[in-house]
Amino acid sequence: MAPKVPPQPTLEQSTTAAAGHGHAHEAPPKGLMRWLLTTNHKEIGTLYLIFSLTMFFVGGIFAMVVRAELFQPGLQLVQPEFFNQMTTMHGLIMVFAAVMPAFTGLANWMIPLQIGAPDMALPRLNNFSFWLLPVAFTLLLSTLFMPGGAPNFGWTFYAPLSTTYGPPSTTFFILSLHIAGISSILGAINIIATILNMRAPGMRMMDMPLFVWTWLITAFLLIAVMPVLAGVITMMLMDINFGTSFFDAAGGGDPVLFQHLFWFFGHPEVYIMILPAFGIVSAIIPTFARKRLFGYASMVYATAAIAILSFLVWAHHMFVVGLPLVAELFFMYCTMLIAVPTGVKVFNWITTLFRGSISFEPPMLFALAFVVLFTIGGFSGLMLAIAPADFQYHDTYFVVAHFHYVLVPGAVFAIMAGVYYWLPKWTGHYPNERLAQWHFWLSVIGVNLTFFPMHFSGLAGMPRRIPDYALQFADFNLVASLGAFMFGASQLLFVAVVVLCVRGGRKAPGRAWEHAEDLEWSVPSPAPLHTFDTPPKFERSSH
Amino acid sequence: MRTLLVWLAGGGLFAGSLQTALANGWNMPVGVTELSGDIYSLHMIIFWICVAIGVVVFGVMFYSLFRYRHSKGAKAANFHEHTLVEVVWTAIPLLILIGMAVPATATLKKMYDASDADLDVMVTGQQWRWRYEYLGEDVAMTSNLATPRTQIRGEEPIDESANYLLEVDEPLVLPVGQKVRFLFTSDDVIHSWWVPDLAIKQDTVPGFINENWVRIEEPGIYRGQCAELCGVDHAFMPIVVHAMEEEEFETWLADRREAAEQEAMGIDREWEMDELMTRGEEVYNAVCVSCHQQDGSGNEPAFPALAGNQEMLDDRDWHIDTVVNGVSGAAMPAFSNTLNPVEIAAVITYERNAWGNDSGDTVQPSEIAELLSD
Repeated sequence: MAPKVPPQPTLEQSTTAAAGHGHAHEAPPKGLMRWLLTTNHKEIGTLYLIFSLTMFFVGGIFAMVVRAELFQPGLQLVQPEFFNQMTTMHGLIMVFAAVMPAFTGLANWMIPLQIGAPDMALPRLNNFSFWLLPVAFTLLLSTLFMPGGAPNFGWTFYAPLSTTYGPPSTTFFILSLHIAGISSILGAINIIATILNMRAPGMRMMDMPLFVWTWLITAFLLIAVMPVLAGVITMMLMDINFGTSFFDAAGGGDPVLFQHLFWFFGHPEVYIMILPAFGIVSAIIPTFARKRLFGYASMVYATAAIAILSFLVWAHHMFVVGLPLVAELFFMYCTMLIAVPTGVKVFNWITTLFRGSISFEPPMLFALAFVVLFTIGGFSGLMLAIAPADFQYHDTYFVVAHFHYVLVPGAVFAIMAGVYYWLPKWTGHYPNERLAQWHFWLSVIGVNLTFFPMHFSGLAGMPRRIPDYALQFADFNLVASLGAFMFGASQLLFVAVVVLCVRGGRKAPGRAWEHAEDLEWSVPSPAPLHTFDTPPKFERSSH
Repeated sequence: MRTLLVWLAGGGLFAGSLQTALANGWNMPVGVTELSGDIYSLHMIIFWICVAIGVVVFGVMFYSLFRYRHSKGAKAANFHEHTLVEVVWTAIPLLILIGMAVPATATLKKMYDASDADLDVMVTGQQWRWRYEYLGEDVAMTSNLATPRTQIRGEEPIDESANYLLEVDEPLVLPVGQKVRFLFTSDDVIHSWWVPDLAIKQDTVPGFINENWVRIEEPGIYRGQCAELCGVDHAFMPIVVHAMEEEEFETWLADRREAAEQEAMGIDREWEMDELMTRGEEVYNAVCVSCHQQDGSGNEPAFPALAGNQEMLDDRDWHIDTVVNGVSGAAMPAFSNTLNPVEIAAVITYERNAWGNDSGDTVQPSEIAELLSD
């Protein structure tokens, strides 16, 4: 009788020499059950990536509604109530359901392959972490159909707007975020356990690929801050439903306490969404510059420095909330300091390019655009760190421009670079280069048309999160909306490239990119369902 | 050499076009206070530092991309890790940052010194209007959006000469040359009072008081908006500051004090239905319309309909109590601080007799005044 549960790792399996052969008798469940019950890191990675891409389009549709309403002054398409739901849901979905699961998906696929492990350390937990996500976000999206509508208080859900004044669906939103948070914590535990325990014999910590390093640090950030998020939303839940007054001044509470707690989670969260991107780019640039990364060790230290500093800068989101002078100064200095390790990273990438032998395959195009556009986002971040000037920048479109530069051509481009880089390993085929180039150029032009004018509209005085605006902002918004439609539409090309690549295309060898050195390139393409049943011999040449 | 020249020319062109863009109203305003000028300078210094770093970093990057192309037969070098280089590129940014932190600290210290003010103004945020109170002067007012809802909804064309969304019925009037201290608070959610030309943005937090100050140097009209998401009409609570010479301001203040006294005298007399309805319609359209709508149809579930609301019509005391004291835990604010007794009486009368509501009763200002004095 065929087993109804997925195969469990046994001593026999882990000593089987040839990948795949030892499992022929354990036919996995067919159809939907296979995906529901899978404990295989590659299949779970695929699930994460498909989920993330789906949510990227859901969140993208919300963004299109926002940009369509802002196309010209006046209210044309939606009312302010619904507009606020769209901005809120766009932010929540993109952060928690698109970017974070995409990185977790890449981690699932690539970390075992990059450290020579047969799977994640806790495969069933891995399955559970993934399947929590569809539950969480089905719940969140269902609030759109509830009386009073979906959450409408921004993705930062500041109290008391989200508590005393929130819609009835707020409690569902809290539950959904709790579930997503549990998923993140379990995923992070799994990644740490895998990296610390399952590296190939001979691979020291300082031999690990940077994607593994950045994910290890990210996982610690997740474990540190997700409980804080859970705490703050639980306090909201109590305020809303059980008569407490954590954030209600009328009952002796403090609305600003909410912001301290939220941003103590929220700022590390920002780095959770960018550190793995650094790892991906640090793998791609040396591959296509045919030259080893200039400073491996300093990249590791810079990542750690950024992670530690991320706990000391939260109140730079709160410069105008009425902090005392010493607090403003402390948070201003700490925030400015982050520019140093971030600069080290950018200099490292560029020095790696210098005197390399550079070619421009699709992953490289996205990685190079990442370096330029993420750095522009870093510059505006440095400007925002200057507390006195932040009294003018705060809560304007300048901030919107800043964080979209680090998140879209930053995190999202890095994810796409990673997908193009590893698609040959996943599918055995190269992605269609011509289509990928179209996708790249349309995305780069679209993203800049969308977000560059926002710097100017912000400086000129346009607050964020408004459904209608004064006439002097009309031109900036028109351009931004056109750019957004272009960027949104060109992502359909990305789906086309991925689907075509899964179905066929030029065959890729095991080492799909000539100069790629990490362990994943030592297994065949496509990677068989089970790899490294026997630990590989790790040769210390790559770093 | 030729490449270098091309790069320099490109960089110059880029810097030039940025300069032009920034000079054409695409930039932070210099503003009309000493501090707004300081902040503008900080902004421009850090901006040009970023541009300079960008030119160098991207210059090297694009040079490398162009010069070391695999397709042109470039052979990769094999260098990596160089302690001196790594120390230098850690140290130089650190020094730049220290250089930037010094003036930023000085400006911030000045911003935080609100002592010795000549005039204190209390600014209270409320969904979705501002209330200003000249402390110790017996003058207070509420400032509402003046742009007609019909223009916002597209039922009539936008009047391009009328500062669409940036006009209010009652601007905040301030004297030029005097140090004005603002005290910020809120009746409901967090708002943020922002006027770019004054370089003030300060959150108004319910239950807490924040402080900031301004000394305006030029008479004029300065406009801003709420900068913190505060609900449905966040986009529709603008700020207008009318800065005038000191004597002019004193005259204005005296006139307002007198008008307030006049209004107070009107509280005691008996008001006719027509008077109350006319006044009530004005108040309703300034204050109530954003939630309960022009035709009283409301916006369920948060904002109940008033037209045909039998519960409201049957229970006159409940109606008065709701407007005066608000509804705890819901969006309805208490208007006892925002509106005076005449306005409260008028708007309740209006609500009870408009849009087909036919209670036929009036609410007199004296009743409200009595209620408030309890």
